[in-house]
Amino acid sequence: MQVPIVTFRLPNGLAVTLSEDHTAPIVAVNLWYHVGSANERPGRTGFAHLFEHMLFQGSAHVGANEHFEIVQRAGGTLNGSTWLDRTNYFETVPSNQLATALWLEADRMGQLLPAMTQQKLDTQRDVVKNERRWSVDNQPYGTWWERLPALAFPSEHPFHHSLIGSMEDLSGASLEDIAQFFTTYYTPDNAVLSIAGDFDPGEARALVEQFFGPIPRGAGKPPLPPMELPAHFGKWDRQVVPDAVMLPRLFLAFRSPVFGSDAHHVATVLAAILGTGKGSRFQRALVREREIASEASAFLFDLAKGSDLLVADVTARPGVSAETLESEVVREIDLVRTAGVTDDEVQRAVALLETALVSSLQSAGDRADKLSMFATYLGDPGLVNEQMERYQRVTTAAVSELAREMLGEDNRVSLVYLPAETSLDRGAQAEVGEPVGAQR
Amino acid sequence: MTAPRTTSSTGASTTRPQPGPPRDYRFPFFERIVLDNGLGIIVAPVRKLPIVSAVLTVDAGAASEAPGTYGVAQLTARMLLEGTRTRTGDMLSEQFERWGAAVGASADWDAAMLSMTVLAPHLEKAMSLFAEVLLEPAFPERELSRIKAERLADLLQLRTEPRGLADEMFSRFLYDASSRYASPEHGDVASVKSIDRAAVERFYQARYRPAGATLILVGDVGVSEGVTLAQRLLGGWSGGAAAASVVRDAPARGTRAVHIVRKEEAPQSEIRVGHVGLPRGHPDYFPAVILNGLLGGLFSSRINLNLREVHAYTYGAHSSFDWRRGAGPFVVSTAVKSDVTAEAAREILLEISRIRADAVSEDELTLATSYLDGVFPIRYETTDSIARALAALTVYELPNDYFDNYRANIRRVTAMDVLHAADKYLHPDQLQLVVVGDPAVIAAPLAALEIGPVSVYNAEGHPER
Repeated sequence: MQVPIVTFRLPNGLAVTLSEDHTAPIVAVNLWYHVGSANERPGRTGFAHLFEHMLFQGSAHVGANEHFEIVQRAGGTLNGSTWLDRTNYFETVPSNQLATALWLEADRMGQLLPAMTQQKLDTQRDVVKNERRWSVDNQPYGTWWERLPALAFPSEHPFHHSLIGSMEDLSGASLEDIAQFFTTYYTPDNAVLSIAGDFDPGEARALVEQFFGPIPRGAGKPPLPPMELPAHFGKWDRQVVPDAVMLPRLFLAFRSPVFGSDAHHVATVLAAILGTGKGSRFQRALVREREIASEASAFLFDLAKGSDLLVADVTARPGVSAETLESEVVREIDLVRTAGVTDDEVQRAVALLETALVSSLQSAGDRADKLSMFATYLGDPGLVNEQMERYQRVTTAAVSELAREMLGEDNRVSLVYLPAETSLDRGAQAEVGEPVGAQR
Repeated sequence: MTAPRTTSSTGASTTRPQPGPPRDYRFPFFERIVLDNGLGIIVAPVRKLPIVSAVLTVDAGAASEAPGTYGVAQLTARMLLEGTRTRTGDMLSEQFERWGAAVGASADWDAAMLSMTVLAPHLEKAMSLFAEVLLEPAFPERELSRIKAERLADLLQLRTEPRGLADEMFSRFLYDASSRYASPEHGDVASVKSIDRAAVERFYQARYRPAGATLILVGDVGVSEGVTLAQRLLGGWSGGAAAASVVRDAPARGTRAVHIVRKEEAPQSEIRVGHVGLPRGHPDYFPAVILNGLLGGLFSSRINLNLREVHAYTYGAHSSFDWRRGAGPFVVSTAVKSDVTAEAAREILLEISRIRADAVSEDELTLATSYLDGVFPIRYETTDSIARALAALTVYELPNDYFDNYRANIRRVTAMDVLHAADKYLHPDQLQLVVVGDPAVIAAPLAALEIGPVSVYNAEGHPER
């Protein structure tokens, strides 16, 4: 199965990938900017993500809130997302609306700043603070996705700090920051554009040249601090977090080969053997057989620089202590590390990965996003067509070898959540205490 | 192609392009037949990629449960994958996953569904195991007790999970206690604990019948191939139709009330505002869908723009009708910074009143109609999404041409239809306001709104008094 791919580059550096599929009259437009929270300066944690919100606040020829409205009126779906090392913007629209989607993306890449105002920034700052409250502060275990990178990357490393950002740093963000970040990073030579679905390639290329061609190349972005890391942590750090939760939950992370390497495919298979599907090690041993866990999975961050992370994410069954949970998960990890995996397990994992890949390639939006990912990280969107074969080439011996090499005690961090008794005790006491509500 | 454009000083195009005519689109062709045993078969050949999705719907949803057995529908569905007469649950998942088959089983209010997505070369053998799971479940005791324990763990976790807690408490305060909808879809602690193997077996025998069930195959499979496969694997399934179930959907009270569920020091309040809505089969379904889109269903809807983009109270706010066979909830959902809880509630109430007072403009109307019209083909890109749409067609007994007429039905809705729907189906005087948050911060301001009586409950829903 091959996805058709045509690539070209504009003189201003914008890398473009076209992938035709005429089965339905829809087309996906997907832009990845090679900038994420890693590029934030000290004191501005959360800025890359706040900036992403500002890109929906209009541009020179698009009014406030018009971006969403124009796409939705056109019958399209849209969104954006920010990650450690990239930010993406995407819409899927009826194919006769391709020009509109490209025009909208070009207008904000070329001329965002005339539309920026202090009021828009203040509003989005409060929206993002509410996003932080919603997804992190008021959500059980919600701090894991800032605590785990903080634990797994050294303090000077670009992946160490919080992606959503601290309230204090969000408060500090200014219009000058917006202008500087935009000028530095939102340039055609720091972006890739993918178009997938029902379009005429000649027409699409002409539209891209017309809308994006006039946007000037950037002046280059400042280099990141060194990303390289030793393959192993060299120790086993633990952090225990009492939280308003009912059950202990463990995140056990390992440094792992970066996205794009052959070894990353092996690590993907290893993660699937450990924690994808009911037939995975964790499900069979921890959930079904020993009934230690109520939920258990394993996944990779898919980071392309420095070091990736393989993460085991396991929640205890009621009555199981955090100590037992951790020792039982470690026992499974050690078993894989010392005894290796079987041919059957590799075959199962590869089969599930294949089905997931084909499933996702059905959608124009997912297809375009994958093309942008390979183009951004590895400079070659065509790699999407090699994934299946590269998974199939992964051998049992290679998985066992990688498990032996990377799952050792010198390459672990543990993040453990514990029920903090206080909030529940208070809730229980309130039951027999004074009525609090004003009865009307 | 596109309209002429002007060029600005930077050379970029300043004028928004105008779209050409849309290309035709039809929902995928499907063949629908009924086998002699009453089992419905739908096959939709979609040959884009070598992949097939299968969904089997059974009239065995939570709404068909008897009082005292709430949760048995979900437990029974999940137990299908936990062992057959000849295979353990481990053997089943091992076999399915060796073929790369992603398999799931669950029950919602109106149906139980067994679903699978698999690469086409593995379809036949995977379907044969799929049929075995459906027809020969063994319901092993040990797996049942484990799955019950997992449900109890979910319920325990809910006490500190404000979003899920708000949803559940909203249902509880919305419906009369006699309604199945007042209790959690997958059962509460007492009911789940009380369900034993015999209860699961009884539910399976009573509800898992070919009449009223439908097998849907979508993807790289031909009609005759799919029908032959279904006939061979499921043609021998026997038993008459299950008893029809009637859902009670009466509200708990006819007047407004405010229910605060305590979460100490919560940085945000999770808010749910609504009342009992409409059943899926309602003749004004399309006006109600447009009404909801404009009120709170779309990003550019009144409630989201007001609460997020004007006031910055929240990361997002939306409304929905939860479409079921009976009247599911109409609800506005949001999470706001604790100290603006009452202000946000007031704005939600104002928006509900405002959309009932005046007809929307033609321009605003088309925001929802052109979105729902245009987005239609985007909803059916994958075999799984097509199979689930066809599942809804069978569960809600929609006509075979439902999808062919969908876009015209959307476009036909007028501003007056929306106004009438708002007037008839939104009931400001019956709104229930449920807030998971810190009473010390929010109780007095909410009381000052004079919406209705304010009560405070703990995380298990017991009144604090």
